[in-house]
Amino acid sequence: MSAVYGFATAAMIGSIVLWATAGDVLTASAMRRIGDLDEIRASSGLAGAIRAVVSSPRFISGVLCMALSFFSLLYALNHADLSLVAPASASLTFASNAVAAKFFLHENVDRRRWLAVLFVCIGVGLLAH
Amino acid sequence: MNVRRWLILGVVTLTSAFGDTFLDVGMKKLPPLSLHHLGGLLIAVRTPWVIAGIVLLIGFFASYLTALSWADLTFVLPATSLGYVIVALLGKYWLHEQISGARWLGIVLITIGVGFVTQGPSYTELPSSGLPGKLPKLQPIAVPLRSSEQLARSGKAGRR
Repeated sequence: MSAVYGFATAAMIGSIVLWATAGDVLTASAMRRIGDLDEIRASSGLAGAIRAVVSSPRFISGVLCMALSFFSLLYALNHADLSLVAPASASLTFASNAVAAKFFLHENVDRRRWLAVLFVCIGVGLLAH
Repeated sequence: MNVRRWLILGVVTLTSAFGDTFLDVGMKKLPPLSLHHLGGLLIAVRTPWVIAGIVLLIGFFASYLTALSWADLTFVLPATSLGYVIVALLGKYWLHEQISGARWLGIVLITIGVGFVTQGPSYTELPSSGLPGKLPKLQPIAVPLRSSEQLARSGKAGRR
């Protein structure tokens, strides 16, 4: 029974992490494609900058994925402890974002960034204690 | 990275930390909500602390998107993770929560992680993908001019 419970909890955390990573990567990709928002705001004003962001299909998909991650979190909190779900999903999302940013966004994730991700990941996990 | 961009990263960090803490303060002041009576959430969004928290989190999202338009995801996320530390410190000094030794260690590790990433570059230039990374400036190549006589000579040498 406990193995089934453990598997179910892992699956719920996995679902939160998957949707959160997809949301972050899609949003980051949309912002990269749109370009420097400061420059857009300087040329076409705040309304122009908001229009540029909101009319991006990637941005909308990213926000939808973030919403799915939030609902997965709510569902998980209904079944498992906050002290396990929140830090586990936050720190795992840090790690999965680094991997996804390297492969999907082609970011230069050098040793310095891997170390930063590792330290923040463990640090967020420890904050739960 | 210029001063203005560091300030925006600071705004991302502070608005996320204070936004979450304000929501926490507001929600703790309410009686416990049941999943079967989610209408109680409508009352929650009318309390001043929750409204302030939501306003700050909207500010967080706007500044986070601005940062992602000129910096990498793998730079912005660790660089703004000091928010976790600020939440823990607000919890201790404002909400009088206990911070264990493991939490202090977590705070130290996050701070070291932030130190690591902020020493490096913030943006990966991607000129070949057609994405808005700035294209490197083409450098003029010096080609020595050769006279027709030299060209004829090198042509003969090539045929030999």
